[in-house]
Amino acid sequence: MPLLSVKNLSVSFDTSTGPFKAVAGIDYAVDAGEVLAIVGESGSGKSVGMLAVMGLLPKTATVTADEIRFDGRDLKGMSDKERRQIIGRDIAMIFQEPNASLNPCFTVGYQIEELLKKHLKLGRRERREKAVELFKDVGIPDPAERLSSYPHQMSGGQCQRVMIAMAIACNPKLLIADEPTTALDVTIQKQILDLLMKLQADHRMGLIMITHDMGVVAETADRVVVQYKGRKMEESDVLTLFTRAQSPYTRALLSALPENATGNRLPTVSELMSADGAGASA
Amino acid sequence: MSHISAQESEAGVGADIPSRIPAGNPRAQVLREFWYYFSRNKGAVLGLFVFLLVVLVALFAPLIAPHNPLVPAGAIQLPPAWWERGNPSFLLGTDDIGRDILSRLIFGARYSLFIGLVVVTLSVSVGITLGLIAGYVRGWLDIVIMRVMDVILAVPSLLLALALVAILGPSLVNVMIAIALTLQPHFVRLTRAAVLAEKERDYVTAARVVGAGPLRLMVVTILPNCLGPLIVQATLSFSNAILDAAALGFLGMGAQPPTPEWGTMLAGAREFISSAPWIVTYPGLAILITVLAINLVGDGLRDALDPKLKRS
Amino acid sequence: MSAPVVLEARDIKRDYVVNRGLFAKPKIVHAVKGVSFKVEKGRTLAIVGESGCGKSTLARILTLIDPQTSGDLIIDGNTVEIASGRPSRELRAKVQIVFQNPYGSLNPRQKIGSVLTEPLQLNTDKSAAERRDLAMAMLQKVGLQPEHYNRYPHMFSGGQRQRIAIARALMLNPSILVLDEPVSALDLSVQAQILNLLADLRDEFGLTYVFISHDLSVVRFIADEVMVMYFGEAVEHRSKAEIFADPQHPYTRTLFAATPRADVETIRKRVMARA
Repeated sequence: MPLLSVKNLSVSFDTSTGPFKAVAGIDYAVDAGEVLAIVGESGSGKSVGMLAVMGLLPKTATVTADEIRFDGRDLKGMSDKERRQIIGRDIAMIFQEPNASLNPCFTVGYQIEELLKKHLKLGRRERREKAVELFKDVGIPDPAERLSSYPHQMSGGQCQRVMIAMAIACNPKLLIADEPTTALDVTIQKQILDLLMKLQADHRMGLIMITHDMGVVAETADRVVVQYKGRKMEESDVLTLFTRAQSPYTRALLSALPENATGNRLPTVSELMSADGAGASA
Repeated sequence: MSHISAQESEAGVGADIPSRIPAGNPRAQVLREFWYYFSRNKGAVLGLFVFLLVVLVALFAPLIAPHNPLVPAGAIQLPPAWWERGNPSFLLGTDDIGRDILSRLIFGARYSLFIGLVVVTLSVSVGITLGLIAGYVRGWLDIVIMRVMDVILAVPSLLLALALVAILGPSLVNVMIAIALTLQPHFVRLTRAAVLAEKERDYVTAARVVGAGPLRLMVVTILPNCLGPLIVQATLSFSNAILDAAALGFLGMGAQPPTPEWGTMLAGAREFISSAPWIVTYPGLAILITVLAINLVGDGLRDALDPKLKRS
Repeated sequence: MSAPVVLEARDIKRDYVVNRGLFAKPKIVHAVKGVSFKVEKGRTLAIVGESGCGKSTLARILTLIDPQTSGDLIIDGNTVEIASGRPSRELRAKVQIVFQNPYGSLNPRQKIGSVLTEPLQLNTDKSAAERRDLAMAMLQKVGLQPEHYNRYPHMFSGGQRQRIAIARALMLNPSILVLDEPVSALDLSVQAQILNLLADLRDEFGLTYVFISHDLSVVRFIADEVMVMYFGEAVEHRSKAEIFADPQHPYTRTLFAATPRADVETIRKRVMARA
């Protein structure tokens, strides 16, 4: 039985020009200890889908699903209070902008200790020890001293490490990473991805990696879901995706990678999809 | 053909918002979107309705008013029509010398709206100019302008207006000048803050790269993008001006009797508050309703203008 | 044999003074620490580096937005001096820039037509009708349509906006175009379209590009030469073929190694290791 299973998820938003369907009937399934990458361009609904599962969307969104099941429990029928207990503890999430996800008014140590207090009910002393330990795990140098730093005193990469430390603080079974390295430089991206993969393996976590970057997919994923305009275009294991992609959209996307260019022109998605005779059904 | 594929490939694949490229006049589209967000705030729509009613009443005052507002027309201190002793031709009763209160209120709307309009125009134009200069030029000019504004803001606005009127002499024109002066620092600050934020954006640099000079950058490039919060502030200042003018009128510093200005009417009726309460009540209600309506509109404008600005 | 040099930088430096509160002494930050290079006509120089390496500061100096602290900037054989006054019309027309974020680089309150005609209005004596015709023609060149002329920027997607920004930069017929991360805010499929467009325009107008990027795969596609910057210094500057085949500087090597690659062999190895 998968750790998280979502069936026929749809999300639509009210806009001034009428309802807009961001996700149209998608199934997701993640096993424990598995890395699932959800890939898509902007407007593909890749983040919205996961936010809907977490119940983090604003009121203007309408979410429907046949099933949202996590670790054998039904998230859909659950009260908000019950769901909040699971989220943040068994399911954790990290976002694209590490600086924006941390509260600038408090030290990072305070923020991580608050979290430990709320979810693990630890005493003051234990909290501090656990925080230091977590900082050590995510590779922050001088962990004890860094606890009293404010977010603005840390670099983007350091802040993302803090976010990861907070995310794994309660030993979550599932970690959702929404474009965790998009705002970072490539050398830092490499470190953060390596860190995530190491933690994932050590804790046997399920990891959902939401990204637009095929390079990140190649370096992290076990299985890949490709999304386009709120629909699933393809789902396959990572090797199959890069060698024998089934859907024309995926093939088009892969050939639009500059490193796959032959000659001095890049094939574009629209050209390829019309050549394949399978234009996107809008 | 190439047009269609360009649109599909671009708008379709990369769009955050629904990829329907709107047809027709872009300005109409902007208005439609504005109305969509504005009308979601029911209070704002109600406020707008009441405000338009007040405007219409002010415009057609001579046609609507049943009596001359300046000349006594009936018995003294006649109560409203539905009270005992009431006279149906004086719907809201008469004041201490027998003038029709309804007619005076109807003509009073003209004064209030006029005051609001003049004060806002005055303070907005001066405020925006100073704010643009302070925010764009920076340096000592910025410091001088902002410190002067701080001084103005440090004095309670009504007190400052009162002092100014005392110096200039009590009259409607002086009241408007005094209120405009006390309201104008808000516009300077708001404009300056918006200019500081916008100035660093790439489109301003881009305009510089193609050769736009400072004046053009300030007025043509930056200013239109700062208007959202200014419009909201202008609406709220409009009601503030009406309120302040009424307060000054009440203190005998504003429009002089027999002008049917709402605040002045209140002042004249103060002594009859127990014997003939309606004389005080209706001007007060008129002020309350008008100011409330305008503030509601202001809130609606804020809702409608803010998300729009963020998105584009 | 070799084409004329259109853009040359000689030991360009740029310092910033950072005020650190009321009582601390102001600190001087050396954003660009003496960078020199030459670009020949029709070539594309890619400047690669991570955030804070000074590449955007350099871009602002090359496009005459900010003056350099010291060093010479030579455009078409003439040394440029802007510290004393605004650049002349002729100089403006020679170097233009395209910014990274197409959502920030277009004035939200300015119609596309006005965006494109503004450069002509400010720098030439052309009539309104001529300006309009030229703008219409340019819209078509960058793959947009005449009916877009009267629309506002928010009605366009990111890729379309970047086309508009490119069109604006080309209105004055520049010989040099500085592209500051022009595709890094765009989706992969749109990125491919814009890169193709840039390649086409380079050939059509004989443009010289300075292409600033952090993305090595994009650089590999479009550049002729690559200059790697690290903390304000140019640590390596060679032809694309050389630098990709055999990176010399340790930082260049780190950068290349860190870039994720969608390479099937690498994936196979990784999958095997995990299983």
